[in-house]
Amino acid sequence: MTSIDESNKEKFRSVSVDLNNDASLLIDIPDALCERDKVKFTVHTKTTLSAFQKPEFSVPRQHEDFIWLHDTLVETEDYAGLIIPPAPPKPDFESPREKMHKLGEGEATMTKEEYTKMKQELEAEYLAVFKKTVQVHEVFLQRLSSHPNLSKDRNFQIFLEYDQDLSVRRKNVKEMFGGFFKIVAKSADEVLISGTKEVDEFFEQEKTFLLDYYSKIKDSTIKAEKMTRSHKNIADDYIHISATLNSLSVDDSTANKKNLQKLSDLFEKLRKVEGRVASDQELKLTELLRYYMRDIQAAKDLLYRRARALADYENSNKALDKARLKSKDIPQAEEHQQQCLQKFDKLSDSGKKELTIFKGRRVVAFRKNLVEMAELEIKHAKNNATLLQGCIELLKSN
Amino acid sequence: MADTDREDEELFTEPSGTQSQPASLSTEDVSANTNGPNQDALFDDDPEDLFAEATEEVSLDSPERDILLSDGPSPAITPITPPTSVIAPRIGHTHDDMFTHSSFDEIEEEEVDDSFDINISVSDPEKVGEYVVHPVQEQKTSMSLFKQREFSVKRRFSDFLGLHSKLASKYLHVGYIVPPAPEKSIVGMTKVKVGKEDQSSNEFVEKRRSALERYLMRTVKHHILLKDPDVLQFLESSELPRAVSTQALSSAGLLRMVNKAADAVNKMTIKMNESDAWFEEKQQHFESLDVQLRKLHISVESLVCHRKELSVNTAQFAKSAAMLGNSEDHTALSRALSQLAEVEEKMDQLHQDQANADFYLFSELLGDYVRLLAAVKGVFDHRIKTWQKWQDSQILLQKKREAEAKLQFTNKSDKLQQAKDEIKDMEGRVQQDERDFEQISRTIRKEVGRFEKERVKDFKTSIIKYLESLVLTQQQVIKSYFTFRYVTASV
Repeated sequence: MTSIDESNKEKFRSVSVDLNNDASLLIDIPDALCERDKVKFTVHTKTTLSAFQKPEFSVPRQHEDFIWLHDTLVETEDYAGLIIPPAPPKPDFESPREKMHKLGEGEATMTKEEYTKMKQELEAEYLAVFKKTVQVHEVFLQRLSSHPNLSKDRNFQIFLEYDQDLSVRRKNVKEMFGGFFKIVAKSADEVLISGTKEVDEFFEQEKTFLLDYYSKIKDSTIKAEKMTRSHKNIADDYIHISATLNSLSVDDSTANKKNLQKLSDLFEKLRKVEGRVASDQELKLTELLRYYMRDIQAAKDLLYRRARALADYENSNKALDKARLKSKDIPQAEEHQQQCLQKFDKLSDSGKKELTIFKGRRVVAFRKNLVEMAELEIKHAKNNATLLQGCIELLKSN
Repeated sequence: MADTDREDEELFTEPSGTQSQPASLSTEDVSANTNGPNQDALFDDDPEDLFAEATEEVSLDSPERDILLSDGPSPAITPITPPTSVIAPRIGHTHDDMFTHSSFDEIEEEEVDDSFDINISVSDPEKVGEYVVHPVQEQKTSMSLFKQREFSVKRRFSDFLGLHSKLASKYLHVGYIVPPAPEKSIVGMTKVKVGKEDQSSNEFVEKRRSALERYLMRTVKHHILLKDPDVLQFLESSELPRAVSTQALSSAGLLRMVNKAADAVNKMTIKMNESDAWFEEKQQHFESLDVQLRKLHISVESLVCHRKELSVNTAQFAKSAAMLGNSEDHTALSRALSQLAEVEEKMDQLHQDQANADFYLFSELLGDYVRLLAAVKGVFDHRIKTWQKWQDSQILLQKKREAEAKLQFTNKSDKLQQAKDEIKDMEGRVQQDERDFEQISRTIRKEVGRFEKERVKDFKTSIIKYLESLVLTQQQVIKSYFTFRYVTASV
């Protein structure tokens, strides 16, 4: 059972700020269990709301349950004007697993200590992936609980409370096909949204901004990932260098022996720092970019829905005109048109609010994370410098 | 044919005498016999010309050489002005541009090697006529060994190879560890010759320049080699005759290859009765050291590679962050993202610089020592060959004695006398061979001591420099992020 302690959780909670502050509904994931590929999350809720049966309870949930909840919310008409928090990505242990496999193949070429250290590195990486996935699932729930409308959603409550297996309620085959069509429809939306003439200044700006920003942030996320990987590679090289220096020290029978040993220790320490540089950069930079990339996508989805509502409204107008011409079914057409207009207005209003809040949230999160990243870089660099200078002193004094 | 002729003329008259049968000649012996024109690998003229020249060269030089060399490897050397009759090099040698390098800074010398202080620097190449040369500056203190205080010479890459060739042939087989010269690189050289001005050819130029500098420094640090007339000539003469035998495809080159093969076979078949545990221990020590250094070298090369990757990835991220900042519509955040792009650009530069330090201070050091260890091994192998020679002479002596004994019972008195004479000669030879063996054993002991001491010092100096480079990088990182943090916090 791999569990996350509170102190670590604090570090992780910075992607979206100001969550889980409302005492009426507090959610967290205190525990998670990793079995082969499946992760079982323990969702823990503390609430003062009467809507729930108990003031405090926990339920086990799988990743698919989160996806079901997300999709259900997206499909709910009433929430069309809201930015639905992006679904957490599937837990992906592919990278560390592949590296572990490669390590196993290369075992014969390294010393026992080297192999042990590499294995430790990989286990730490595995743990980091695990922690990240817990965090991202937790944040999803917390976004919901802190949203005035979504927190009251019935399905959300079921998700938190229902102490049986949720799989009965999850997507069946039919729904999965529905999902597929949704993806196809979405690309049609992209065309629609770029083609629609926008009357409202606000939405025009937002549209331009979000479309451009999305592609840029996606690119930045990919490039940031590459940077992190390079740091990890360097940390691995330090392991090998440290191990060989150690062997040299063991074989050496002169006064040089101590120097070699010191050097070996130094590289071992350096690689730990380098590893932390990599993981902190991952957390504060790459994760930040990744999360907001998904969030921007959710905002774009809102714009699509609004565009579809607008298209519906325009169609209903045409239908009304036709009905008037034919003098047939005018009241229905009128009513339909009214409905479409209402829906569109509602979407526009709530959409505007949501997008404004979104920008504020984004700015705060970026500032917080970039500042923290800078502070961590400084901390690690100072650490490195101290280690190096210590070793230089020792070597010079010998 | 020409080779053997030269060999007869130009002999080492060192006490250890190399007037041996051609068969046991090491490859270096052949090449060293030419004080002739230097050539770079493949890009050279027909062999004919070269050999002609070579003969000339040798005849002018050899009397001087004999005088110098008769002193043997002892430190006391009478100061000799390098032969001013040194042949004017073949100017107008049409072929290509070769690198000419080398400059010296300070040369001071004392009898003992410890308080030695010479500084040599090799500068970037430039073109002079058809050749590429390195400009040079230097100063030096007065020393009886040298004519002037300072000098500056221009040397081509092939000159360096030629120097090594000569030193190797003179000293390796008597037990001195001669530093190996930088390797030829056909690909690298072609790129430069073609005039390709890109990063990889610039890197190649710098790599070679640095390697040549290290090579010369190691050579002059050796108290015996420093006094060698070839070294002095290399350092001082404004013109240097070119070596022919460094050419890979020359007949000298081919003979070299054949001899190398013969050597390899010999190594496999000679089994020496090692009476001295010191040698056995040292050989094992160097063997395991070789394995470890190679492994370390590979890891450091990987580090260099990954650091370069990090630099590239950081640069790409910086560009991407800049674009993101441009796209951002919140003014303050947009500024912060631009700052992020700037900081990461600085990081890219730092990583690049660090990768260079990784390479020149750490990786190249290891590479040099891997090749030095090969020279050490060579010296140990020579000792075994010397031992074998001694054994062979003893066996031959025994045979002659047996033959003489048989002749005792016949009535061929003239043949008997001849046999007795031969035995006398043989006895002399056996004694000489034994002395040779003991000499090389002594020399190796001293050399190994010197080498190990030098190695430890060398590593320590380089590693300290390397660690200091790492410290510098970290300090720059701190500075950069500090500014960035300050700006971002005010978003």
